[in-house]
Amino acid sequence: MRGIQTIIKKELADHFSSYRFTIIFALVAMLSLITAYMVGMNIRDELAGIAKPQFIFLMLFTSSGALFSLVQFVAFFGPLVGLVLGFDTINRERSQGTLSKLLSQPIYRDVVINGKFLAGVVMISVMMVSIVLVITGLGLIVLGIVPGLEEIWRIMIYLIISIIYISFWLGVAILFSILFRSTATSALAALAVWIFFSFFISLGASVLANALTAEPAGDNPQVHMRRANIVKAFILTSPMELYREATATIIDPTRKSTPRSMVTVGPLETLSMSRFAGPLPLSQSFFIVAPYIISLLAITVVCFAISYIVFMRQEIRSM
Amino acid sequence: MSTDAIIETHELTKLYNGQVAVENLTFNVNAGEIFGFLGPNGAGKTTTLLMLLGLTEPSSGTARVLGLDPSREPIKVKSMIGYLQENMGFYSDLNARQMLQFVAELNAVPADIIDERISTALHLVGLEEEMQKKIGAYSRGMRQRLGIAELLIKDSKVAFLDEPTLGLDPDATNRMTELIQSLCRDKKMTILLSSHMLHQVQKICHRIGIMIKGRMVAQGDMDQLAQEKFGVGKEKYTLEELYMKYFQEA
Repeated sequence: MRGIQTIIKKELADHFSSYRFTIIFALVAMLSLITAYMVGMNIRDELAGIAKPQFIFLMLFTSSGALFSLVQFVAFFGPLVGLVLGFDTINRERSQGTLSKLLSQPIYRDVVINGKFLAGVVMISVMMVSIVLVITGLGLIVLGIVPGLEEIWRIMIYLIISIIYISFWLGVAILFSILFRSTATSALAALAVWIFFSFFISLGASVLANALTAEPAGDNPQVHMRRANIVKAFILTSPMELYREATATIIDPTRKSTPRSMVTVGPLETLSMSRFAGPLPLSQSFFIVAPYIISLLAITVVCFAISYIVFMRQEIRSM
Repeated sequence: MSTDAIIETHELTKLYNGQVAVENLTFNVNAGEIFGFLGPNGAGKTTTLLMLLGLTEPSSGTARVLGLDPSREPIKVKSMIGYLQENMGFYSDLNARQMLQFVAELNAVPADIIDERISTALHLVGLEEEMQKKIGAYSRGMRQRLGIAELLIKDSKVAFLDEPTLGLDPDATNRMTELIQSLCRDKKMTILLSSHMLHQVQKICHRIGIMIKGRMVAQGDMDQLAQEKFGVGKEKYTLEELYMKYFQEA
C-alpha cells in the first residue's frame, strides 16, 4: 500500500484544520457533556436508596436522564458525523482538479479511497474515545464512582461497535461522493438515506407487517407473532437498529432500558433471566450481540466494495 | 521504429460508448526530443496521453512507454512520467513547499533528499520567494510553474505537458516556454507537448504530430511536413499555414 501513509497524513491535517470538523466536534462535545450532567443528576437519585443497582458506571452511558442517554444520542446522531466527514471525499478532489493529479502519481487507485477512509476512521475514533473519556472523568470526579474491570471491557467493546457503526456511515458518504459529481447532491443523498434507514424503516415495518398479515389480528396470538416477526426482520435492514441491538446487552447487561418484545428474547436469555434475574455475564452478552456486530461489519464491507467497483470503473477522462 | 524510441504506440484505439476517440494511432517519440502534439479540441490528444499514462485502458492496440506497457504496469510507468494536466488542480490551502512535499512522498522520494530537491526545484522555476504563500493566492502562471516543479521533484524521464501555456499572458508564456526548453536541454527529459499555440510549438518542438478526429494525419519535423504538403522546404511556410491545410483536408 505505497503512498497510503502520505494520504492519511494529508487527510488528517485537512480534517483537523477544517471548520466543519471544529463545529461538529464542539456540538458533539457539548451535547455529551449535557447528557452526562443530566445522567449524573439522575444517578444521584438512584444511589440514594439502600438497594444499590449493579453496573452503576455503565448507567452513565445508558440512563436517559431528562431527555436521552449518550447511547441513544450516538445511535441517532453518530451517522451525521460519518456523513459530514465523508460526503465530499472524492467529488471535492474532482472539482478541484486534483483527483487526476493524485491518480497520475505512482499509487494504486484504491489507495486513495483506503487512505481517506482510514483517516476518517481515525477522526471518528478520536471523537468517540474523547467523548467516553470526558464522561468517564465526570463520573469519577463528580459522582465518585469507579468502573470495575468488566465495565471497562464493556465500554471498550461498545466503543469499537460505535466506531464501526459511524464508519459505516462514513463509507456510505464516500460512496455517494464517488457516485455524484456535485458535493451538494452527495450530501443531500447521504442525508436522505440516513433519514430513510433511521426513521422511516420502523414506520414502514409495521405498515408492511399489517399488509402482509391481511386478517385482523384480534386475539389471535399467532398473527401477533407473525407480525412481530415481520417487523423485526424488516427493521433489521436499518443500520441504526442493528447498532442498537449490537450494543444493547453490551452496555446494558440487565437490559433495563431496552424494551423486550416477546420475540427478541431467545430461550436461553429467558432462562437466564428467570433463573438469575441478574445481569448477563460479559461472554454471554457478547454471544448475543455477535451476529449484529458481524452484520454491521458486513454492510460496511459491502458499501466499501461498491465504492471500489464504481471508482475503479470510472473513466479518468470525465474526472 | 527507431531503437531509442521512448514512447511507441501501435494501432492504438480508444472507444467511448461506441464513439471513436482515438483511431489506429501509431507514432513514436524519441529520447531527448520535444514532440509537439497538435490538433483541434476534442481530437483525442488528452485521451492519448491518458492511455500512455495507464489511466485509461485502450480499446485495442498497444502502447509502450520506456519499454513498459502502461495498462499492465501503470505504477512503474507513472513513477517515470510527469504529467502536467490541462486545468491543473492544486490543494489551495497548502503552500508550494507543502504541495511539493506531498508529491515527493507519494513518489517515495527518499526522505533525506526531499528538502534539497524541493529547494532546487523551486529555485529553477523561480518560485522561491512565493513558497510560503498559499497556492490559492497564486496566479495562473505561477501555478503552471509549480506544476513544472512537481515534475522536477519526481525526477521524471518523460514529461507529458497538456496545454501548459493555455490562458497565460505573453510574459508568462515566454517564461514557460524557456522552462520547457531547459527541461529538455538540462534535465534530458523527453517531452510530449500538446498545445494550440502553433507559433510556440514551431519554435521549440523538434518533431510534430497533427491529430484530427482521433487520427494522426501527419508526423515528422517541419521540413518533412512542408515537403509532404507543399513540396517545398519549411522556410516558406509557417506551422499555422500547414496546420490549416491539414485541418481543411480532414
